[in-house]
Amino acid sequence: MKLNTIVWKELWLRKSQLVSALLAITLGIAVIVGIQSVSIVSEKAIKVKLDNLGANIMVLPQAASVDDYYSADIDAPTFPEEYVERLATSTLPGVDNLSPKLTRRIKINDVPVILTGILPANELAAKPIWQSAGLVGEGLNAACDPNNNANIDYGYKDDKLQRKAVDSLAANEILLGSDAARRLNLKESDSLFIEGQSFMVARVLPETGTIDDSRIFAHLHTVQGLLGIKGQVSTIEVMGCCSAISDGLLGKMRNILPDTRITTINQIVSTQIETNNLMSKISMIFLVIIVLVGAITIGNFMWANVEERRREIGILITIGAKKLSIYYLFLIKSIMLGFVGGVTGYILGTISAMVLGPQLAGLTITPVPIYLVFSILVSVVIALLGSILPVQHAARLDPAMIMQEI
Amino acid sequence: MFTVEDLSKVYSSRRGAVRALDKVSLVIENGSFVSITGNSGSGKSTLLLTLGGLIRPTEGKVEFCGKGIFDSSSVDLAEYRNRKVGFVLQTFNLVPYLSAIENVMLPTLFYPNDNGSQRKTAETLLNRVGLTGREEHLPRELSVGQQQRVAIARALANNPEVILADEPTGNLDPALSIEILEILKQLNVNESKTVIMVTHSPEAARYGTQRLHLENGRIV
Repeated sequence: MKLNTIVWKELWLRKSQLVSALLAITLGIAVIVGIQSVSIVSEKAIKVKLDNLGANIMVLPQAASVDDYYSADIDAPTFPEEYVERLATSTLPGVDNLSPKLTRRIKINDVPVILTGILPANELAAKPIWQSAGLVGEGLNAACDPNNNANIDYGYKDDKLQRKAVDSLAANEILLGSDAARRLNLKESDSLFIEGQSFMVARVLPETGTIDDSRIFAHLHTVQGLLGIKGQVSTIEVMGCCSAISDGLLGKMRNILPDTRITTINQIVSTQIETNNLMSKISMIFLVIIVLVGAITIGNFMWANVEERRREIGILITIGAKKLSIYYLFLIKSIMLGFVGGVTGYILGTISAMVLGPQLAGLTITPVPIYLVFSILVSVVIALLGSILPVQHAARLDPAMIMQEI
Repeated sequence: MFTVEDLSKVYSSRRGAVRALDKVSLVIENGSFVSITGNSGSGKSTLLLTLGGLIRPTEGKVEFCGKGIFDSSSVDLAEYRNRKVGFVLQTFNLVPYLSAIENVMLPTLFYPNDNGSQRKTAETLLNRVGLTGREEHLPRELSVGQQQRVAIARALANNPEVILADEPTGNLDPALSIEILEILKQLNVNESKTVIMVTHSPEAARYGTQRLHLENGRIV
């Protein structure tokens, strides 16, 4: 028999008290683990979402309105298409997928649509000056490489760097947004006239839920000709890598194109960052509350336990238990409480996050194993903090006084 | 074995100081059976617990085998209680959630021991007090007399030289009292254990070869 036998047997004897003491610490740890699990996945998810948007930086003329990121280019003033080359030849790290656009509202058969001229990827790649700048093919800038560690940290995977770039588009072809196709009653291979020129529907784009559904995409130079504004664009969309944006990419781009307005999906990013920060702050507040409530609960439980075991402690001291042995008996018990509380809290928090995450936040939550270590650590520290006073009280009990109480 | 000189113990309370022991001096020889009698509050339990190192005297000296027991550290004092003396008390004797044999093994947990013989020794001790077959019983599953026998077995776990018994028959009927007293007597006679017993009962006191009577903290 060892001293641990006493700890186990006593814990088993008072298991109902144990459960109530564990509840506070378990629930507390579960809340923190739940919030943190959602928070970490949410942070990764927004990074991946931003990347998958295709473009997260927009170059606009100074006078353009940016109230709505997705419609900022519509009817905006124009600037020279040559700005695309300026950006491309600047060799800025983290710039990818430059996409100049010219957009105007028009009517086709009295149906209002948005005509957007785009430059297909094969034409961009064909420009010798771009090739020499290393912005296409194998030479794709390293900062945007999905295998780059910085990007992997953001949650990218090899197949995640999907771009919305259109590979090829002939001068007489158009791509139709789903809403525009529906309203114009057109399908693939149909033809239509825009401003007197005949076009063929190369593809109907899948629904995106954005203003893009109402757009008709045609070749940029064709649209410039149709609208009579040759060599002008209303926007350049840029895919800026997250890591590069945080390294001050926008400032560097403003230096290259000082008379333009360069914006990001700032609001989305900052809102998400604010939400994540708020969640982190909330979990920190919870942590403080849990440390206090948990320590007080454990302290109360241990104090009651010591009082309940006064006779027993008296016996142990009488037959020669050292103070150290009494400390051992109670501290091992509180460490066990903390350990079990940490493990059950982690399991409960992770399961809650996995169940509620998809329903409440649309996120798939996976367990974060390192949180198990933190949960146990925090929980054990809480249990030990709460036990200090009761254990000191136990070790100082006077068996002679206890005998007189009987 | 024990030499007590001018031993005084004063308890301070809100109602003032209470002198439980007043300049008590005595010598207890090795192998004797000492019975201490006296009315309630006469100081007999205080004297016993002071000999056991549980109550620190206000004045005076208690020597065990020529060494002052209160001159040592609290750790040494705990070891003295564990190795040199065995306690049998009237109440609050056994740990309720440990079996009879586990209660007997308790004193062997606090200092290095040969764990292999721990259980065997406990079984032998329970056998010696007539509790063979009751090893795994919890205290509540034993009669009061059996519980007291477990306490005696536990007091012997580390083979101490002295048994300190505080009212060991206080809760027992006359027949059971005789059983317990006979066990103590055998330990004294057959194994030369020094037994110091506090009792209210004149019948129990007669077992003592050295009898002390206390009144108002003094031996009379």
